[in-house]
Amino acid sequence: MPELDPLLLSRIQFAFTIGFHILFPTLTIGLAFFLVTLEGLWLRTGNPVYVRLYRLWTKVFALTFGMGVVSGIVMTYQLGTNFGVFAGITGPVLGPLLSVEVLTAFFVEAGFIGIMLFGWNRVGPRLHFAATVMVLLGTLNSAFWILVANSWMHTPAGTELIDGRFVVTDWWAVIFNPSMPYRVAHMTLASFLTTALVIAGASAFYLLRGRFLPEARRAFSVATLAIAVLAPSQIVMGDLHGLNTLEHQPTKIAAMEGLWETTEGAPLVLFALPDQQAEENRFAIEIPRLASFILTHDWDGEVPGLTAVAPEDRPPVAIVFWSFRIMVGLGFAFLAIGFIGLWLRFRRRLLHASWFHKVCLAFLPAGFVATLAGWVTTEVGRQPYTVYGLLRTADSASAVAGWQVALSLLLFIAVYGVLFAVYAVFARRVILHGPNYDEPLPTRQRVLPTSPKAHPAPAE
Amino acid sequence: MDLTLLMAGVLAFAILMYVLLDGFDLGVGMLSALVPEPAWRDRMVDSIAPVWDGNETWLILGGAILFAAFPAAYGLVLPALYLPVIGMLLALIFRGVAFEFRVKARRSRRLWDFAFAAGSGAAAFLQGVLLGIFITGIGNDAPLGLGSAIFPMLTGVALMAGYALLGGTWIVLKTDGPLRDWAARCSRQLLLVVMAGIAMISAVTPLASAAVAERWFGDLWRTLALAPVPLITAGVAWWLWQALAGQRDGLIFRLSQAVFGLGFIGLGVSLWPYAVPFSMTIWDAAAPASSLAFTAVAVVCTLPLVLIYTGYAYLVFRGKIHEGEGYH
Repeated sequence: MPELDPLLLSRIQFAFTIGFHILFPTLTIGLAFFLVTLEGLWLRTGNPVYVRLYRLWTKVFALTFGMGVVSGIVMTYQLGTNFGVFAGITGPVLGPLLSVEVLTAFFVEAGFIGIMLFGWNRVGPRLHFAATVMVLLGTLNSAFWILVANSWMHTPAGTELIDGRFVVTDWWAVIFNPSMPYRVAHMTLASFLTTALVIAGASAFYLLRGRFLPEARRAFSVATLAIAVLAPSQIVMGDLHGLNTLEHQPTKIAAMEGLWETTEGAPLVLFALPDQQAEENRFAIEIPRLASFILTHDWDGEVPGLTAVAPEDRPPVAIVFWSFRIMVGLGFAFLAIGFIGLWLRFRRRLLHASWFHKVCLAFLPAGFVATLAGWVTTEVGRQPYTVYGLLRTADSASAVAGWQVALSLLLFIAVYGVLFAVYAVFARRVILHGPNYDEPLPTRQRVLPTSPKAHPAPAE
Repeated sequence: MDLTLLMAGVLAFAILMYVLLDGFDLGVGMLSALVPEPAWRDRMVDSIAPVWDGNETWLILGGAILFAAFPAAYGLVLPALYLPVIGMLLALIFRGVAFEFRVKARRSRRLWDFAFAAGSGAAAFLQGVLLGIFITGIGNDAPLGLGSAIFPMLTGVALMAGYALLGGTWIVLKTDGPLRDWAARCSRQLLLVVMAGIAMISAVTPLASAAVAERWFGDLWRTLALAPVPLITAGVAWWLWQALAGQRDGLIFRLSQAVFGLGFIGLGVSLWPYAVPFSMTIWDAAAPASSLAFTAVAVVCTLPLVLIYTGYAYLVFRGKIHEGEGYH
């Protein structure tokens, strides 16, 4: 039996559990925004379509939010269980950031989601709306602070390594580290875009079936418009983020581009099988000089290659190269969907072009794939470091026995596999069931919240 | 001002809040397996559905504060407790998803009811096991015989009983009719188990750990000064025993929380000032001053607000849940 390597197993477990986790916040951030919009529109117009949509998507939100919460707790503790050395060294930086996240995001979400989900009959409509807004602010805050922490690991700033641990000398520099604004914007857009694709896909399904038409038309129109705005914004943002990465993590860019030698007028590699050992690409299909133009905005600009650093300082090139291509390819597909949607809207065919509805239905989960591919690109691209340039992954793991990590990894795979299947079945069931026309509409007028005293006294 | 001390206080507060609040959630979860009427289960789950997430967040705060203020302890304790920690997290996952899944489920309803109860029970047990290992000393290479193997099992069972007591008195507070009376009867039986557990842990801990024995019995004056802790605990337990025969439901719930709070103080006396008993003090484990200061400012600015709106959320859902009404 081969030796169980706790480091490798811990890395697989971390990648698996965080990759599973990120799916759910990605949807809840965007959905929270959608729900705030719907409830706000309902309060303004009184159109029951909005409140029916609100209630439908609240069910998806509740299910997704629950998955995010339970898989999120794992993250808080897994840094310690599996990467205890890393935790001891980086705790003075990352610990306070995570504490702020808990205090300004998790408590806010948790404090108001109860009112949002169960409080319709207990608070007035405005207060209920305020609770929905607070949940949105909580999700956004959570994204901000966790991305601050993650960005610091990519572009560490404001700290000094003293006696084997990071000591913060400038909190402002830690929080506003060089890659933070780009990462926050890129991920927030990813979340909104993913959500828009989900809503467009589900609404397209109703249109294809000819069911729940008033709600489906409204949601489909809003979601496709959102895609048309978000997809190009995300491509511009991704480009800016790439330029930032080129400045601070050139080796990651070299891996994304599959560029081995530092080159002036570097080609854009469309397809290749990068060979880490031979330091070359096999079966490469390239567009001359385009990579230089994209990255330096100059056809002859110099792009640093992988061989600029020692082999042991390079990330696994093939993974980064391919995950990047999946993300970018999907990004341009979303752009096409956005433009086609605009064109159909202009031709007044948006709600009738069933081929387009089928495309949108097929792309319902694609945002999650693109988001995961993006995270694989940036996180694998940071290797072989946990804190870029300062702390190696190999020097980060806990001294836990290999069999223990193997056991926990198997348990996580089994449990998360079951949970994901059940989540998918139930989310599908909620969508198939659609808006509930039988449920009485909540009142839009301010009424006194039902106090316990207002209940009829139970028979004594 | 000693920021290390302040952060140790914040950490202790977060753990106490977690135990008092999610403790009753987990207790409700365990009791949901025992109800004689399946219909009661919905009311029990409904009573905690709007608040459980906030309650569980105190556990995340505890982890984050430990990471921020005592990173050396965080990086040492969690790998040492690897399997019980992972097991507890998996148990909390089943408990957490069951809230949504059991409502959405049709054929698998009973399965998720089971996951809810079993997840709650396993989480409670493993938290007790973690406590037991923590008290007897992490990485203690010389096994203490009785202490090292049986003691954590004992604290595990004791904490299950303790959480079930909190859950029972919560149901007393939040429901009426036969369910409330059933919960009161359960709570009375559980109180006996809990008091036996506290007595047993109080007796065994000094035997298992010389440092704890020294703390409580090392010096006569100190023993006398600490004597009120167990005496008041016993008094409050007796009061709760009496109250459970009556109808003052608010008092019943508060007294069960008081029993827990006092047990927590007793534990604090035993472990002070260690972040990792009995090898690393809170000052050994503390983060650099800049990290403590940042975290302290964040806590001081936000924790009062957290307490206010969390209190408001409880206020919105105050009162008893009568038969046939629920939030779903």
